[in-house]
Parts: sequence; structure tokens; C-alpha cells
Amino acid sequence: MFANFVVPDLLPAAPEIFLAFMALAILMIDLTVKDGRRTLTFILTQLTLIGCAVIQAYTINGEVTYTFSNMFVDDLMADVLKIFLYMTVVTVLFYSRAYVTDREALSKGEYYVLALFATLGMMVMISANHFLTVYVGLELLSLSLYAMVAMNRDSVASTESAMKYFVLGALASGLLLYGMSMIYGATGTLEITAIQERLAAGAVNKSVLVFGLVFLVSGLAFKLGVVPFHMWIPDVYHGAPTSVTLLIGSAPKLAAFAITMRLLVSGLISMAPDWQGMLTILAVLSMAIGNLAAIAQTNLKRMLAYSAISHMGFMLLGIVTGIVSVDGRFALNPFAYSSSMFYVISYVMMTTGAFGMILLMSRAGFEADELDDYKGLNKRHPWFAAIMLMLMFSMAGVPFFVGFFAKFSVLQAVVATNNIWLAIVAVLFSLIGAFYYLRVVKLMYFDAPADDAPLVIPTSMNLLMSANGLAVAFFGIFPQSLMELCGVALTRSL
Amino acid sequence: MDFQSFVFFLLSTILIVASLRVITARNPVHAALNLILAFFTCGGIWALLQAEFLAIAIILVYVGAVMVLFLFVVMMLDINIDRIREGFWRYLPFGALIGVLMVIEMGLVLGSKYFRVPASEAISPAGVSNTKAIGELMFSDYVYPFELASLILLVGMIAAIVLTYRGPKKSKYTNPNQQVFVKAKDRIRVLQMPVEKD
Repeated sequence: MFANFVVPDLLPAAPEIFLAFMALAILMIDLTVKDGRRTLTFILTQLTLIGCAVIQAYTINGEVTYTFSNMFVDDLMADVLKIFLYMTVVTVLFYSRAYVTDREALSKGEYYVLALFATLGMMVMISANHFLTVYVGLELLSLSLYAMVAMNRDSVASTESAMKYFVLGALASGLLLYGMSMIYGATGTLEITAIQERLAAGAVNKSVLVFGLVFLVSGLAFKLGVVPFHMWIPDVYHGAPTSVTLLIGSAPKLAAFAITMRLLVSGLISMAPDWQGMLTILAVLSMAIGNLAAIAQTNLKRMLAYSAISHMGFMLLGIVTGIVSVDGRFALNPFAYSSSMFYVISYVMMTTGAFGMILLMSRAGFEADELDDYKGLNKRHPWFAAIMLMLMFSMAGVPFFVGFFAKFSVLQAVVATNNIWLAIVAVLFSLIGAFYYLRVVKLMYFDAPADDAPLVIPTSMNLLMSANGLAVAFFGIFPQSLMELCGVALTRSL
Repeated sequence: MDFQSFVFFLLSTILIVASLRVITARNPVHAALNLILAFFTCGGIWALLQAEFLAIAIILVYVGAVMVLFLFVVMMLDINIDRIREGFWRYLPFGALIGVLMVIEMGLVLGSKYFRVPASEAISPAGVSNTKAIGELMFSDYVYPFELASLILLVGMIAAIVLTYRGPKKSKYTNPNQQVFVKAKDRIRVLQMPVEKD
């Protein structure tokens, strides 16, 4: 019957298979857990993610491997991004632990299972080499996140933001699919590497491709959250339970970076002049609107949401400048891409810390998400104030924190392609952006505390938060190791 | 015009009219029934393209499952249709303007002489079953997205349960065993109170 059926090589996808299996197992095991704090479910979830990281580390071979009829690709970029993904999700779940157990609506086994499925969706996106896999991974991620946002179902704000997220997310998926169908119509294949081969061979209808590309870029922009497709970000970040905001704001950026690279750089490199223009507009608008709107916010979650928009705009600059056209042929500049990848990884590190801080400051029945809640933090908990200071300085791009080198390397790539005005615009808006980051520092150090409730932080959380804050400082002083890792990962994969 | 084109144009006309009725019908049940007609006609057009499996699938899945559920919901909810349509005429001119603009814009791009995709020549030779071919592909080349799609459905189920399930109903039933063993002191409390004089 299946005369030509070959069992696919399952080894490259071993982490995905392990995660899917464990997620299903945890779903069943959780039925027997009577404990309202779901300790067993939590421990199993964390062990699963750590197990994935171990499997991933053991199966790295630096080669580009395709499996499942070329739908799945395992290269060094995927390996590095996935390992950072596991680390991020593990950290996110640790930060969320106390917040989740304090709130009855969230403290369910399904919370952890949905987080695992979201992680699986991101892994699928990172390793996608086929339009279908990109889409399926994206939907797995988005559906899990919609449900997690809505889980706090008695809160009007959460329900509203879940609804907005769902409707706009569905619209974005529609745009992405429409673009994909157009590109399929023009090239006759859905496989990303095959599309690139067809385009290189020529004789492809260009206007159909550009038509599809517009929709594809719009769909990607929605998922990255860049202007003018950013409207959902502040509302969803603000309305979602903070633990879910942390999950939405951190790890999916890694996956969004990966699919942007795969779709635009691996698949549609011949179309680079077209999408470079589109991405430049998106990047400049995001940096402008993100940074200016963040100034007006009084809520820390909303402020960080606008900051996310501006950071994603900055990251796009690296992708824009990655391809240099040399007399009609396209040359890749892996340095620009590695600067983008470094930017995404360091942004995820910083944003995890910042939202983690909101989570640790919150307690049962109290959300520490207003800027005023951080007044005089230095008097209440000097060490946390110092960590928050490092995170904010790093986001603002103050030298010798990781955020500075991220911005610096992207700017270097921009200047290398002679886009001087683009670099000037980026620096200008980062300067404007520094204002609202420094305002948080001013509130913490120079204002009197408004709230005298003692901060009770378990030692384990204290250690984790310290590690997160110190990592931002460490990679700021010694960025070479991470930078080289990104560089090697991209030169081996592209 | 041969018979095939005649059937195609007939089905297309029915499809367009039914789709229009979906958005213009006053009664939500009529709208849902028109949507069923639209799906059914769509299935007919696919059958014309020799994609008989897709034709059967759309009728089974959409008409058989999705639309029946839809009809149930529409019939059980008491929707005040006049209140929903209140703004319809007010927003119609602007909405129509935007719609027409979008159609013109897309027409300019798609209708130009550069936008030509060669017609599909995917006419299956005799003796090859469409359904069998799809089935083989789904379980061989496309097994990875197929399995992931099943996980997406599972996530949908988990989400639906998490968002709506509020624990078992505490129904009020009597337990005869407990009733028999009831003592007077379980039900009556004797209080010592000082005598009040006035």
C-alpha cells in the first residue's frame, strides 16, 4: 500500500516528540493531583523542559538536517534558539509560581499543560521548513496563549484582552495564510528551501509574489507586534494575568524571529529589495510610536508593552541590513543577522527579568503593575531596586549592560551598509526612550515609598532574580561569547 | 457552452446569491441555512474539479457538524436582531465605499496583464483515486503537520473545558443513611439564657 513510504528520521525532532508525549502524560497525571497548589504538575513540567534541553544539547551536531519530507529542519540556529527557549520558559514558570498559586482561577494543571503546548508550538515554528509547519506551529502557540489569557475568567479586563487577542490573532493568521497561498500560486511549492530554488531559477511571476509578500509581511508584523500592526500589544500585555504576560512577552519573540528569518531570508531572499523597504518602514514607525507612546504610560505593564514594540522595531533593522545586493546578486551578511539574533536573545533576557520583578512584587489580591508601586523600592528592598536598575539601564541601552551591545551591534550592521540616516533615526529614538526607563529608576531611588508592606521573597526566587539581573550585567561586560555563539549559529545555518 | 461550464455557472450563481443572503437575511436561522446552501454549492464546484474527497469533506464537516451546531446556538440564543442591525444603514455607505475601494485596488493588481498564473492542469488520470492519494500523503509526507493538527484540536478542547467548567454541581440529594443516624443534639441546640425581667 505505502510502497514508497520511508520512516522519517525521528532523531532531529526528538525534543518535540518528548515534549508532546510528556505534555499528554502530565495532562493525565494532573487528574490524580488533589493538591490545590499543583506542586507535582509544576515539578513534572519543569523536568520536561529541562529534559528537552538535555536532549537538544546531546543531539547538536552543527549540520543542517531535514526530516519529515523536508518539513522539519534542524540547524544550529534552531538548536541555539530552542535552548534559550527552554531556559526562558523554565524561568518564566518559576517566576510565575507564587503568583499562580495565589490565584485560584490560574492554579490549575491545565495552566502548565497549555504552557507546554505553547512551547511546543514555538519549537515547531523555530524548526519549520514548510509554510504548513510555520502555520501549524503558530496556531498551536497562539491558541494556547489565547486560552491562558482568558483563564482568569472572572476578570473583565482579562476576558476583554483575550477576545481582542483572539480576533486580531485570527485576522493576522488569515493575512499570513493569504500571503502563503499567493506565493504557493506563483512558485508551486510550500517548502521554504524549494521556494528559494524556484526563485533562483527564475521564470516566476514577480507581481503575484510581491502581492503575496505584502500579506506575508503584514502577518509576520502582527505576530512580532510592530507598528502599524501593534494595537493588540498594550491591551493584551495589560489585561492578561501578569504571569501570562511574561510568557507572551518573552519566549514567542524568539520564535517570531526564527520564522521571520526562515520565511524572508531563507525562502524569499531573491525578493530582498521588496521586503527590505517594507521592513524599514515598519522598523522606523515602531521605534517612533513605541518610544513616544511609552512616555505617556502610568502602568508598568503597558509601558513595557510599548517598549516591546520599539525593541522589535530595532531588531528588524538587523534583518533589513542583512542582505547586500552586489550587481544584481544577493550576498548574505551573517554579521547583521547575528546582531539581530543577539538583540532578540538579550531582549528576552531583560524582559523576563522586568516582568518577573512585577510578579515577585505582587501578592495575593495585589498587582504591583503601576509605576507608583515602585516608588522608594530602594528603601524597601535595596537589592531588588539594584536589579531593576540594571534591567532598566540595559533596556535603555546604557553602556556596559547587554542591551547596549545589542543596540551597538545592530547599529554597526546598519552603518556598514551605509544607511546612515537609519542609524541616526534609531539612535534618536533610543535616546527618547531612555527617558521612561530612567523615570522608573528615579521613582525607585529618589521618591518616598508609598507602600510599606514588607516584601516577602522566597530565597529561591531571590537567587533566580539575582541570576537574571547579573546575567544582564555579565553579558554586558563579556558579550563576546554570546555574540560568537549567534555568529557561528547563523553562518552554519544560512 | 458545454455542459460542464453550464453546471459551473449555475453553481456559481447559486453560491453568490446564497452568500449574499447570509449577510442580508433578517432572520439568523435563514442566514445559517443560506450558509449551508453556500457550503453545499461549494462542494459541488469542487466535485466539478474532480476533488471529490474535498467535496465530501466540506459537506460532512461543515454542513454535518459545524453548521448544525451553529443552528443550535442560533436557535437557543434569543438574539435581538433589530438591535444588532441598528447601525447597519448608517455604516453602509462608508463600509461600501471602503469595500469598493479595496476591490478596485486588488483588481488593478490582479487584473493587470502581468498577473497571470498558468491554469491548473491537475486532472487526475483514470484509475487514480483522489481520496486514496490524499490519505496516503496525509500519513506519509504530511504526517508531521497532521499530528500537530491533532494537538491543536486537543488544545482547543482543553481550552474549552478550562474556560467553562466550574467544578461538579453540588446537587441537593438526601442520604437516608445519614438521616437514620441523626441524633437530637445534631439538630437542636439548647441555650442557657438569663431570665429577663421587666
